[in-house]
Amino acid sequence: MTAKAPSRRSLLGWGGAGLAIGAAAAGGAAAAAGAVGEDTRHTGSRNRAVPFHGEHQAGIATAVQDRLHFAAFDVTTDDREALVALLKEWSQAAARMTAGKPVGDGAVGGLAEAPPDDTGEALGLPPSRLTLTVGFGPTLFEKDGKDRFGIKSRRPEALIDLPVFSGDNLDPARSNGDLCVQACADDPQVAVHAIRNLARIGFGKVAVRWSQLGFGKTSSTTPDAQTPRNLFGFKDGTHNIAGTDDRALGKHVWVSGKDGPEWMAGGSYLVARRIRMHIETWDRTPLKEQEDIFGRDKREGAPVGRSREHDKPNLRAMPPTSHVRLAHPDSNGGARLLRRGYSFTDGTDGLGRLEAGLFFLAYQRDVRDGFVPVQRNLARNDALNEYIQHVGSAVFAVPPGVRDGHDWWGRGLFTEADGSEDAEGK
Amino acid sequence: MRAVRLSALLAAATLAAVTGCADKSDAEGGAGDAIRVTASDDACKVSKPEFPAGHVQLAVENKGSQVTEVYVYAPGDRIVTERENIGPGTRVRINAEVKAGRYEIACKPGMKGEGIRQKVTATGGSAKAKLDPRLEKAVAEYRTYAQAQADGTLPKARKFADAVRKGDLEAAKKAYAPSRIGWERTEPVAESFGDIDPKVDFREDGLEKGQKWTGWHRLEKSLWHDKKITADDKELASQLVDDLEDWRGRVGSAEITPTGMANGAKELLDEVATGKVTGEEERYSHTDLVDFHANVEGAQKSYELLKPVAAENDPELAGELDRQFAALFKKLDEYREGDGFVAYDTVGDSDRKDLSDGVNALAEPLSRLAAAVVGKK
Repeated sequence: MTAKAPSRRSLLGWGGAGLAIGAAAAGGAAAAAGAVGEDTRHTGSRNRAVPFHGEHQAGIATAVQDRLHFAAFDVTTDDREALVALLKEWSQAAARMTAGKPVGDGAVGGLAEAPPDDTGEALGLPPSRLTLTVGFGPTLFEKDGKDRFGIKSRRPEALIDLPVFSGDNLDPARSNGDLCVQACADDPQVAVHAIRNLARIGFGKVAVRWSQLGFGKTSSTTPDAQTPRNLFGFKDGTHNIAGTDDRALGKHVWVSGKDGPEWMAGGSYLVARRIRMHIETWDRTPLKEQEDIFGRDKREGAPVGRSREHDKPNLRAMPPTSHVRLAHPDSNGGARLLRRGYSFTDGTDGLGRLEAGLFFLAYQRDVRDGFVPVQRNLARNDALNEYIQHVGSAVFAVPPGVRDGHDWWGRGLFTEADGSEDAEGK
Repeated sequence: MRAVRLSALLAAATLAAVTGCADKSDAEGGAGDAIRVTASDDACKVSKPEFPAGHVQLAVENKGSQVTEVYVYAPGDRIVTERENIGPGTRVRINAEVKAGRYEIACKPGMKGEGIRQKVTATGGSAKAKLDPRLEKAVAEYRTYAQAQADGTLPKARKFADAVRKGDLEAAKKAYAPSRIGWERTEPVAESFGDIDPKVDFREDGLEKGQKWTGWHRLEKSLWHDKKITADDKELASQLVDDLEDWRGRVGSAEITPTGMANGAKELLDEVATGKVTGEEERYSHTDLVDFHANVEGAQKSYELLKPVAAENDPELAGELDRQFAALFKKLDEYREGDGFVAYDTVGDSDRKDLSDGVNALAEPLSRLAAAVVGKK
């Protein structure tokens, strides 16, 4: 980092008015306090940086940002060393970008004959609470019967291949992946910049398999905030796990040392589902039917028979096929998920219908008693199924956080227990 | 991470300035301030090895028994000026604008071969450091390659044109893709002339309003889409050969620099990424993979010639380029059929993505080749 490649934050400071400088200072204070879960929307610190290093990866318990760019990658090399080198390089780039700095030697001021290291579209933008979260898919451990990277034996039992659920219409080109990166930020350009630069660093080692933009969050991990509405106009996922609720996080989200394998302690499991919504038919549905399908009123989001969104639902008062009733922990043996989904609209389809829906993201301690029982229940019975279709699916083991500047994504997975980095490597 | 010292190469390539008029005080014999070049069957005498940059006049006298020609070459054998057909006993004057730098004057008795060469220097302008002789050699060899590609293209283009003119649809289809290979390998050189590419290689969507569509792709559409050869097509076939002949004659004077070669290699991969891997280039004939392969071959040629310097400056990059060129050729080999490649419309979406991934894997490090040619990391 040199003077010729200033960080985005410092650019803001130079160019911005007093208000912007004040906001940056407030952001610094919030970051210094180390709070992870506070809702920053009204505190003037939306632009701040979320610490990249820590026990857990940021982007899970972090207060949900407004925008998403999610990318799944295929690893195209069979060389374990090249993969490890990439994960290290990615970790360094992620630490810089989440701090509001460009990757490498920056986007400007470099050699005229060479393309700049950073692509430059985030210059002048604040860090925007960018988080980058990496996951490892089942095919990283074994693909077509091949143990490409010598880690087959390290695959967590909880990283299952998801079963087929009734009604699934999955497009393989929009499903699965050896690796994933979830980029969340309050500015869409910052999120897209992050994925673009990681993909660029990865050329020759990984290739983007599919990616998804999300324009609006549908979940909140801040309990006092209003739950954002989904594209059907309803608040859904009201009783999400709060990013500040360490007990619930420890019980339902973070993998503990006892769960095994050891390298996953402090990590989590991510299920991603691309859920297409049949917007036009839903919009022709009478209000009463819409409310019965969800089991909530549309204005407030209150459960049937209650008056406020966060009132405890009376499940037996709801229609047996209502979404809230079927998804509730009490209907699923206490299973809870930390949901972080985003609405998407990829324009329109060939028939002029909105190509829109929910990009569902859920973190959990074990997929087998998290997403799987809940979705099995929903897929069989949910009245909402008439208006939605699951068209993409993926599952990932999300390793624990990158501790510091010397640590890297997946170090535990690729390092032997005795601390040597790579049994086959140098 | 990438602190690069600018080498003299960059300065030489971009900062060279044309200085004022030559010194007029130097009067020598009847030739005034001209440089006298005395050509014979076994010698090429030059009156002064150093002269000021700017307007330069060569006073040539052929004292030999054979017809000769005289060339002025810039480094890398770029032709600055030339005169052919200088008969025994005749005198000619050749004028040129010459930037400061090192040149060679060549006399070619019998008008063939490399000629008898004399080193000369045009002085003035900014001080020049020497171009790395390895890069000078790379440029000269690349020019030879580009010339050979153009020379080799003409017979194939004539074969194609003959088939069109005979109205032989099948023979023309067969000769189409091979006639394009030399062009595709060296496209950045051909495109540097500006006026030839629009005549021979434009696609229909590249035309401006009122512009007549000529060249390979117009004929491609007739052969594969219209499935007939019109009288107009026959004329276009003749014109294609004429335009390619023009290209062949101008390769020698193309401005070629080491960074230009490196960026040209990257541009060939850009061509593949935006035109070939999408199937847009050969939308009627579906011979995209032939072009694709030729583009990668041309890029590899540039790289191999620059490699001695690039590998010294950035060994890691050279290793990656070696791997990715090999990987991409291996992918392409899976689509070979006969002496060419399968039709691209038979290549499915997932295979196209695989090829595209291979192109990205090569193009990204290739975009850093120019920097590796310029200096150490």
